[in-house]
Parts: sequence; C-alpha cells; structure tokens
Amino acid sequence: MNTHIYLDYAATTPIDRRVVDTMQPLFEDLFGNPSSLHFFGQRAETVLEESRRNLAHNLGADPKEIIFTSCGSESDNLALRGTALARKKLGGYDQIAISPVEHPAVQVTAQQLASQHGFELVYLPVDHTGQVLPDRMEESLNERTALVSVMGANNEIGTINPIAEIAGICRQRSIPFHCDALQYAAHIPLNVEELGVDLLSLGAHKFYGPKGVGLLYVREGTPLTPVQTGGSQEFGLRAATENVPLIAGMARAYQLVQEESAQRIEHLLPLRDLIINRVLDEIPGSKLTGAGPENRLPNHTSFVFKDLDGNLLIQVLDSEGFACSSGSACKTGDPRPSSVLTTLGYSRDWSLGSLRVTLGKNTSLEDVNRFLAVLPDCIQRTREAA
Amino acid sequence: MVPAPGDRIVVGMSGGVDSSLAAALLKDQGYQVIGVMLRLWSDPGTLNRCCAPDAVLEARQVAGQLGIPFYVIDAKDAFYQSVVEPFINAYQEGETPNPCLRCNRLIRWNFLLTRARALGAEFIATGHYAKLRRLPTGEVQLLRSQDRKKDQSYFLHVLTQDDLQRTVFPLADLSKAQVRQLAAEKNLSAAERPDSQDLCFVGQGGDYREFLRRADPGMLVSGPIVNHEGEQLGEHNGLANYTIGQRKGLGISGKEPYYVARKDPVNNVLFVGYKDQLGKSHFTTHQVNWISGNAPDEVFRAQIKTRYQSTAVPGSVTPQEDLSSRVQLDEILPDITPGQAAVFYQDEVCLGGGIIQTEGL
Repeated sequence: MNTHIYLDYAATTPIDRRVVDTMQPLFEDLFGNPSSLHFFGQRAETVLEESRRNLAHNLGADPKEIIFTSCGSESDNLALRGTALARKKLGGYDQIAISPVEHPAVQVTAQQLASQHGFELVYLPVDHTGQVLPDRMEESLNERTALVSVMGANNEIGTINPIAEIAGICRQRSIPFHCDALQYAAHIPLNVEELGVDLLSLGAHKFYGPKGVGLLYVREGTPLTPVQTGGSQEFGLRAATENVPLIAGMARAYQLVQEESAQRIEHLLPLRDLIINRVLDEIPGSKLTGAGPENRLPNHTSFVFKDLDGNLLIQVLDSEGFACSSGSACKTGDPRPSSVLTTLGYSRDWSLGSLRVTLGKNTSLEDVNRFLAVLPDCIQRTREAA
Repeated sequence: MVPAPGDRIVVGMSGGVDSSLAAALLKDQGYQVIGVMLRLWSDPGTLNRCCAPDAVLEARQVAGQLGIPFYVIDAKDAFYQSVVEPFINAYQEGETPNPCLRCNRLIRWNFLLTRARALGAEFIATGHYAKLRRLPTGEVQLLRSQDRKKDQSYFLHVLTQDDLQRTVFPLADLSKAQVRQLAAEKNLSAAERPDSQDLCFVGQGGDYREFLRRADPGMLVSGPIVNHEGEQLGEHNGLANYTIGQRKGLGISGKEPYYVARKDPVNNVLFVGYKDQLGKSHFTTHQVNWISGNAPDEVFRAQIKTRYQSTAVPGSVTPQEDLSSRVQLDEILPDITPGQAAVFYQDEVCLGGGIIQTEGL
C-alpha cells in the first residue's frame, strides 16, 4: 500500500509544475481586486485580462466571450439556466433538449428547469455508445426549443460526440447550442468557430490546472441571464471578485494543452489500447462500454464485468495500490448502477460491475503493465466475494 | 494461523471510540490496516444506526487521521436475508429474538471475512470487549473481557473456529476507562455510540412493535390473557408485543401485580402469574454453537448467562445428539425467554451457547 498508481485522470489531474510556477507569485504579489481603481487593482486586472485574451485566442474566441467561473459545473449551470431563462423571457421558448447521458451538472440543472420553471425536457436519441445521432435530432427539436446541450465527450464511457455536426443542425434552426467540453477539451484542442458552438464549458482541473476555476464561452449575441447576481464583473454575467491566480493558472494549463496535445495523445493512445485489448482478451465476461477507439477519448477506458460488485472491485484495486473509478463510484457503498449504463440498456448483472481506468501524461507503460498484471486476480477475488 | 505485524487486517469501524482505538492500536503495532464499515438494511425511510451518515463521516475522519484506507461495503441484501427476515419470523413463532447474534455470525464475520479476503486480508478485527487465547493445539478460545461490565463475549458465542482463527480483538486487555484514556491521548474521536445490542434497523425510536406492525400486519392478533388457574383475565393485543417477565402494560389487575410468564404461540395465549409463580430452572437450547468445534461428551458444570445484561448463574449442561442441550440451573430465574441465547462459561472461557426454545419451558 506504499506506492499508489493514479489511474483516474477523468476525475481530476495533478497540477502541472509549470502551472504552479505561474500561479505561485500571484497569490502574494497580485492580491489586488481587479475591479479596484488603484495600482494594486490595475496590476491584478492586467493579469486577469491577459489570461482572458490568451484563453480566447487559444479557443478561437473573442475575449469578451470568455466568462470566468468557479468550475465546469458552474459553467454548465450558467449556460443552461442563463440561456433557458433568457430565451423564455425573450420569445417564450420553453423546451430543452439534452443527451440522456449528460454529466449531472447539465442533467440535474435541466431537470430543475423542467420541474420549477415550466420547461419541457426532451432527450436526444443516442446509439448504444451514448453518441448523439445527428440524423435523428430533428425528432426532438421544435419551434419552442430554447437550448440544446450535448457533451463533447462522456466522462463515464469516453464517447466523443460529433459536436460540429450537432452545432450545425442547431445553427440552422437558430437554437443556441451548449457543449459541456470538460473531458473533450482536456485532450483535444478546439476552436469554437470551427465547432460552431454558442456556449462551451471548460474546467481547469481536468487538464493539469487548479481546481476551483472554469470558464464559459458565450458567443456574442447569445441570450444569457446572469445566475449569480451582484457586481458587474465578467461583463455583468457573473458577479464575484475574480480569483486571479487560479485564472492565470487555467490560462497557462490550457496553453500547455495547445502546445503539447499532439505528443500527449501520441503517448496515451498505445497505453489506452493496450488496456482495452488486454482486458477484453484476458478477462472473461468483460465488455468495453462507450465508443471504440475511433470515437473515444485518447486517455479513456471503461468496462463492465458480468456478475461483479464494481464498488468492491475499486476497493480491491485501491488496496493493491491502483486508484480507479467505477461508473457507480460512490464513497457510501450504495450499489446503484450508473444511470448512463442503465440508459444505454445494460442489465443489472452487467451495469453493477463497471470500471473506469483513465490515463494521463504522467502514466507510464510500466504503470499500465503493473495494473494489467494484477487486474485479473483482483477481478477474480471480487467475483469470489460476491 | 497467527496474525503478525505486517499482515493486512480489516477493521470493522463504527465511528465510535472502541473501533477507532482498535484500528489505531493495530496501526501502531505495524499491521496494514484497512477500515471498513458495512452498509446495512434499515426500515425504508429510516437510517440504520450502525451506518448512519454521521457514523460514516466519523469513521472516515478517524481513518484519515490514522492514514488508513476506509471503505463502505454494501451488505443491505445479505443483512435483510440473514438478520431481518429471521427476526420477523421469530416473532411470528412467539419468540423474542436477538438479531445481533445472527448479525455477528453471518454479517460481521462471515460476510466481512469474505470481503476481507478479496481485499487481501486474512484477518479482521473489531472493537469488541472480548479476548482470544490461541492454544498450542491450534484451537482458539473465546474469553471474557478484563472489563466484566463491558464484556461482549455473550454476543460472540456464535463464532466458529474458522471465524476466530481469523479474528483479532485489540481491546482484549483493556477496560472501557483505559480505552477512553488511550483514545484521548491519541486525539481520536471520543464519540460514544450505543452498544450493539440495540435494534439498529427498526427505525428512529427503536420501537420494534411499530416495525413488526408494518412488516407483518397479520402478526398481531389479539387473544386471551390467562393465569395459572386457567382463568381468562383479559385480552392481549398480539403476543409479539410482550416479553417474558414484563409487568407493565398488561391491562389486568389482581391481588398483586401480574407478570408475563409464558407465551403459547400455537393457541395465541398469553400466560401470566404472580411474582412467586414465575420462573424456571430448566430449559432446552437449540442451534448450539460449540466454539471449540466439538460438543462435550457428557454433562458438565458451567456458569450460564440467559441474557446479555444478566449475571451468570451456575448450572449443569447436558449436550444432546442433535446440537441441542438441556440446561438445569441451580436456581430459578424469572425471565428465561425463548429466542434469547443461553451462553455457557467455565471461568473466563466462553464454551458456546444456543437459543432458548419455547418447548420445555
């Protein structure tokens, strides 16, 4: 139990040393409030706006279109609540369409808009890998649709969505389109113009940046009612004194994604495919969940094992020094199958036995080999305990 | 099998001071300690007291303080089948069951030992007040705790050699006062959780009658209350609502107070008597567990405990062929209750015990 290997990069990532170096001096030197008129405020504001420009540039956006938030979940909340409520007020739009396997930050927010604000919530058709089917989107959209929200890539099962195509369909119908890109953008450089999205959420801690900071891209002209009201920070869309060191850290971390994504992906893909192939070959009663290699995040593997207690498997792996997660990962030990797997039609004897192994730039081939060496025995022991 | 420092060991943690200290002591002794809490079933809409969120939080904090991993393992289905259903069934049979006995045998040991093995641990430990003695022959004896007032061997008499071989009781030689002091010295959570003999799963307030009413509305059928002379004195509202020796709440009067003497589940009759008419000195136990794994060949003298809280009474035990035993006490006890366990001791050694039967009382 002395050496632990981290294989849960989809949950969060360690901060890159270079990001720490960027942030470190700012905590003391740049304590000023960016809204203040004086010297200290102006110095902080300079770094804040530099960070905004840098992120905007890397995303293909205008700096005015970048709203800093406290995390990806907040970005999702602001996008859904802000746009849905604004569109309802403007033109009576009262329907929301999302994929049925969205992150809870989107799903629960949409459900609350339905139960408390009178929106109709519809789910877009997906295939068995959780990928939205653009050809069938029309079934769900109508002249009352206020907003469509589809994730860039699924956190649990790694499936990448055809975002540009989905955005194009929404654009044709003049429906604002939001993309929760937390997992996707952590690996794949994106350009909001090329994708054609109107709203896009990022969270820094998924790409070796700090926790507690995210952003929402809001295309100019997209209706958005502020959710957090107060001061006029962030173009009046999100009241709060900006956390300059974390924002600068996010900008630096995202700059590194731009610069290093090709080599990171080159490093990750063989490791990912090694795990997928070995698991499916060596573990009886195993299935890959989510998309195959082509439409899958480069660091992401996820499986279900028949007749196995997924929570116990995570505990067994942890006790052997490997930190992984399960779709139904739950510190409370409640054996509820993941709603994603249930939605995709997995029966209970499969869906309770889920395992997610996600890799990062620090994962070595040796780490993966050590993991693969113990996994079959851990699975057998877990099955025997049932 | 003897546990040795360096071995991996799973500690059942409740968030309370006893199991917290047990984990801390093992950590100090050099074991690889894994803290575990079992998630148990509880009456829908209520919390099981043994794994309520605040208990989980406290145990998790202690584990964090000790730097050991902590996991919550689901045991709801197993607990319902192994403990709750038999609890309801026993009341249907007119007995007063002690669910902690089945829980210890089937959940806190059997179930947990299986999970522990998956976690790479051959041993489990708990914060019970009891002691083990490993004999040169390899046999493990269960002994009463040094702290006679806290001794919990009564609840542990259901364990087998296989269980005990893989068990460690780190508090064996400590009194409750010492445990509190050591925990304070180590800055461990000093939370006091109620001892395990309460009904953890029947919901807030712990009213088992309400629980039974919901679980089996047909169980509580009213019937006659009858005295020794065969006279009907009144009506009871379901045998499960009464325990042997109960005085209050009978709703009948006589020249002196009446006590519940006996239940007849077949005819749904509640027998009552005056204090001097109560009591038995002999009974039969079934499902006897002999901790050594072997029933004694012939009648033997023992100290016999018929309830956790009662004092042991001297008597003779005659093992039968069918894992039952006949027990003859040297004195008459007023509250020998079918469904409760009679546990046999010789000096500090717990030999085993069984469930008191309705027949023969």
